[in-house]
Amino acid sequence: MFKFSHGIIEKNASLLFVLTLIVVSIGGLVEIVPLFWIKSTIERVEGVRPYTPLELAGRNIYVREGCYTCHSQMIRSLRSEVDRYGHYSLAAESMYDHPFQWGSKRTGPDLARVGGKYSDEWHQIHMENPRSIVPQSVMPGYPFLAETRLDVDGIENVVRANRAVGVPYDDAMVENAKADLLAQLDPFGDVDGLFERYGENVAVRDFDGNPRMVSELDALIAYLQMLGTLVDFSAYDATIPGNER
Amino acid sequence: MMAARYSNWMGQKPLNAWAMMGLLALGCLYSVVVALYALDVPMRFHALVFAAAFLAGIAVIADQFSVKRDTSGYNDAIIRYGIIASMIWGVVGFAVGVYIAFQLAYPDLNFDTAWLNFGRLRPLHTSAVIFAFGGNVLICSSFWVVQRTCRARLAGDIAPWFVFWGYQLFIVIAGTGYLMGVTQSREYAEPEWYADIWLTIVWVTYLAVFMGTLFKRKEPHIYVANWFYLAFIVTIAMLHIGNNLAVPASIFSSKSVALFSGTQDALIQWWYGHNAVGFFLTAGFLGIMYYFVPKRAERPVYSYRLSILHFWSLIFLYIWAGPHHLHYTALPLWAQTLGATFSIMLWMPSWGGMLNGLLTLKGAWDKLRTDPVIRMLVVSVAFYGMSTFEGPVMSMHWVNGLSHYTDWTIGHVHSGALGWVGFVSFGALYCMTPWVFGTKRLYSTALVEWHFWTATFGILLYITSMWVSGIMQGLMWRAYDSLGFLEYSFVESVEAMHPYYVIRGLGGLLFLIGGVIMAYNIFMTAKGRVRASEIDASAAVAVPAE
Repeated sequence: MFKFSHGIIEKNASLLFVLTLIVVSIGGLVEIVPLFWIKSTIERVEGVRPYTPLELAGRNIYVREGCYTCHSQMIRSLRSEVDRYGHYSLAAESMYDHPFQWGSKRTGPDLARVGGKYSDEWHQIHMENPRSIVPQSVMPGYPFLAETRLDVDGIENVVRANRAVGVPYDDAMVENAKADLLAQLDPFGDVDGLFERYGENVAVRDFDGNPRMVSELDALIAYLQMLGTLVDFSAYDATIPGNER
Repeated sequence: MMAARYSNWMGQKPLNAWAMMGLLALGCLYSVVVALYALDVPMRFHALVFAAAFLAGIAVIADQFSVKRDTSGYNDAIIRYGIIASMIWGVVGFAVGVYIAFQLAYPDLNFDTAWLNFGRLRPLHTSAVIFAFGGNVLICSSFWVVQRTCRARLAGDIAPWFVFWGYQLFIVIAGTGYLMGVTQSREYAEPEWYADIWLTIVWVTYLAVFMGTLFKRKEPHIYVANWFYLAFIVTIAMLHIGNNLAVPASIFSSKSVALFSGTQDALIQWWYGHNAVGFFLTAGFLGIMYYFVPKRAERPVYSYRLSILHFWSLIFLYIWAGPHHLHYTALPLWAQTLGATFSIMLWMPSWGGMLNGLLTLKGAWDKLRTDPVIRMLVVSVAFYGMSTFEGPVMSMHWVNGLSHYTDWTIGHVHSGALGWVGFVSFGALYCMTPWVFGTKRLYSTALVEWHFWTATFGILLYITSMWVSGIMQGLMWRAYDSLGFLEYSFVESVEAMHPYYVIRGLGGLLFLIGGVIMAYNIFMTAKGRVRASEIDASAAVAVPAE
């Protein structure tokens, strides 16, 4: 009759290795895998679209500068958060975020719905020197963004990589990435193609107040100004069966 | 002289040395091609760093590895390197931490530059202390423990050195990358795709060296410390690969796009993030506890059965706890609830392990008075107990609603990181240094006392100020006035944090000073010196040599 003794595992390095691997795999499999199969994890919500190339470039700068170390983009379903920041964040609102930017710390306020809250000019001054507009702020200044040219040529590769991981960018979106990026900055130019591909709600203007140069600040402000604005919450109803949890 | 040098270079080499030099040459060639066609400056810089490192590797192998090399006995040279690397990275990591702590109190310290802003330095701090300091402590202590408890020399000749230097190369690539803005923005996994691939190669080699040594062992039983080290190495490999799946914008670009998005990506990140704590900062360092506490106390582990229970329940339960980082978010509630439930259950194995460590001192408690090294080890286990109690409390929804996004989390992490990981590492390094440098004792026991008290006082300032600031933030954010409006604007909560950020910075500074004292002590010990005023007393506090 076989009698179990822990000594069997202790005397066999391969067995210890295999059992350890099995034991540490279970929790992750049970929690993560269903998220890809259970439909209610992410409900489709009207208005959510992939980022325009300019917004995507701005998002890359947001990532590069480590904004997530101090700002969250996830309004929790708590009364005080909804009162302060607006409707709680929906899963669909970050479905094209590779990677997600929910954050874990609020040294500064949540930015999930910062879009449209302040003017472009406010953002320009705030990025130049946060304390000139919010005296108690502890945010670093980012004056170099207004002076640095945006890497316009690199955006096509980034859009293509996003398509590779499942963001629904079509061929025209990839091919016109650079043209669409520039079109979004020029209110007097031809925006038909941009609107056709990304919808007419895309904001077209010179975001950094300096039309002579396509700066990193242009991209970052374009990104910040669209955050949380895609879903029209005056029309969104969380209680209809499709949206209920 | 020159001729002898030359013949050593060209002299007989084992096959593995030639194979390794060939691989490094290929790597060098590939790096040069990437440097030529790189699409951005960081990629070009990193490709050149890789090329230079591979060339240096070829030179070292050509110089050092001949068939006449002595490979009998234990490989202790690598542990000497590991101790020195740990000390250097430790001091650097603590210093960056102190600097960014003061940036939050005095934002002018950002100097409005790209390179020195908080957003880029924060990952530099976390990676330097966790992976550079902690990682080197884990690698070198595991190499010590696995050799001694298996009574076998470390497997492989070049492989362990590849692990050591390959790991340092990863740290340099990651750290310089952060300063240039190369990041995936995945907390504690910020390095970009090419650094991740490199780390995977290094880590799998580490696993092979560790397993290889277990296979060679002359002891029938694998000692408990090695179970924990093994679980740490295996699980970190799994987490690292799972969390870093990404598609590069181009193989000549430093930018990548994460494979998953939004909700799924968030859970995968915190499955990784929480278990970087669970397996890097806990299981690995429990391996240290299970070897160094009994060794230093000269007592057997309190309970063998408890250590079996501790091991399996800890590694099974920890992996579930990730979702507690995502309470009240768009993550489905069932996942949040599972995360919270398992986090609370995790309290039991954590405290079981803590008790197993503490009660090992049964009959040797008097040593706490005379030996500051064992005091450090014991206090580390006490901090482990404290933060593993605080963790489950914070994982409950109703507490997390207040604590999440606030400094309370930062304080919680640091009670674990400074108190548990820091002190248990210091204890292990203080133990190993005289052993591997062949000295009878440390340069100075008094300096260990100074280190202990400065660091302890620093930790207390740190965690108490973060409790106050964190709870205050949470309460201010949810305060309503009598008319039903939010009472405070966000920036009022920022302003209220200032005094606590100053106190936290001072606490960190004390911890850093302790680290500098230690580095000096280790350095003098390595040189074989004993502090003049302590020479007479050395007999009374003799360190048990291996």
